[in-house]
Amino acid sequence: MIRLRLPMNASRAGRRPSLPVLVLVTILCFIVASFAFAIDPLPFKDHAQELRFQALTKQLRCLVCQNESLADSNAPLAADLRRDVFQQMQAGKTDDEIKAWLTARYSDFVLYDPPLSGGTWLLWFGPAIVLLAGAAVILVVVRRRTRVAPQSSNVTRSASAAEDDW
Amino acid sequence: MSPRLLPFLGFVLVLALLGFGIRWSQRHDPREVPSPLIGKPAPQFSLPLLDDPSKKIGSTDLAGQPYLLNVFASWCFACRDEHPILMSDGKRLGIKLVGFNYKDEPDDAKRWIAQFGNPYDVIVADFPGNVAIDFGVTGAPETFLVDASGVIRYKYISPITPEVIATELLPRIAELRKQAAR
Repeated sequence: MIRLRLPMNASRAGRRPSLPVLVLVTILCFIVASFAFAIDPLPFKDHAQELRFQALTKQLRCLVCQNESLADSNAPLAADLRRDVFQQMQAGKTDDEIKAWLTARYSDFVLYDPPLSGGTWLLWFGPAIVLLAGAAVILVVVRRRTRVAPQSSNVTRSASAAEDDW
Repeated sequence: MSPRLLPFLGFVLVLALLGFGIRWSQRHDPREVPSPLIGKPAPQFSLPLLDDPSKKIGSTDLAGQPYLLNVFASWCFACRDEHPILMSDGKRLGIKLVGFNYKDEPDDAKRWIAQFGNPYDVIVADFPGNVAIDFGVTGAPETFLVDASGVIRYKYISPITPEVIATELLPRIAELRKQAAR
C-alpha cells in the first residue's frame, strides 16, 4: 500500500495541502484506476494487439450483465468469451470473423452496433423519419400563418389573430 | 376535419406507440437473447460424465433419438426451483433427459444431485464452458429440445414450469414423434 505522506506532512505543519499536490494525487488515482481494465491478464503479442482486443471487446455486449461490454464485465461467461476472442485473435482471425463467430451463437444481440437488416431499419431510420415528419408539420404551420397574416394585418396590426389559428 | 384536431391526433399517435411498447415488453423479456441456433444442427460435442470423468458422451452417442438438454448448476438459484418439476414431471416427457452441468465444481454438483435427486438419464459436465458457448448458453437454467437428426428445435430460457411442459414441450415432443412415425 502506498502511503500518501505529502499531504499528511503538509497538514501537520499547519498548512492545507496545496493545489498542485491535490491535482497530482488525483491524477495518480486515475492512473491506478486505468490498470483495473485488465481483468484477466492475457499474454498479448504486442501493444497493438492489446489495443485491438480492447477496442473489439468494447463493441461486444456481455450476455449476462447486458448493460456492460465484454471488456468491462466480471461475469464468468464474459471471461470465457474474452478468452475465446483472445484465442481467435492469436489464430489470426479478423474482427469481422470473430463477430460472425459470436453472432452465430448469440445472434446480433451480442453486438452493440446492430447491422442494418429487416428488423433494424426502423432503429436506423426511425429518428430521421420523425425529424422529417416534424419538419413537414412546421412547414405546413408556417405556410398557413403566412397566408393568414396579410389578412389579419388589415384588421389589426398585432399578429394575435394568426396565433389563434392553433 | 378541423385543423385544431391535428395536435390531438399526434398525441393519440404517440400514446398508441407508447402503449404498444408497454404491451410488447410485458409479453417479451427484452433481456432474453434470441437463439440463432433453432432449426440448425446442435454443435458437435463430447463431454465427460459427471459421475465418471473418464467416460465421455457426445452428440454422436445421442444421435438417433430426440433428447432434452437441460443446463443446470449447483450455483444456480433458479435451478433449485426448476428441479422438483423435473423430478416429478421429467418422466412424463417420454424422451431422454440429458443434464448439462454448467461451470460447476464436480463435487458441488454431485452433492446437489445427491441432495435433491437425479431426474436425468445422463449428466455431462462442462466445467470450462466451451460447449455451452457453442450452444449459445447465457446462463442456467436453459433447456434445448434436440430432434433425432440432431437439430435444435426449441430453446427455453429460465426455469421449466408445469405450464411450460404442457404448452411448450409436450406438443413439440408429440410433433417429433409424429414425424418419426412417418
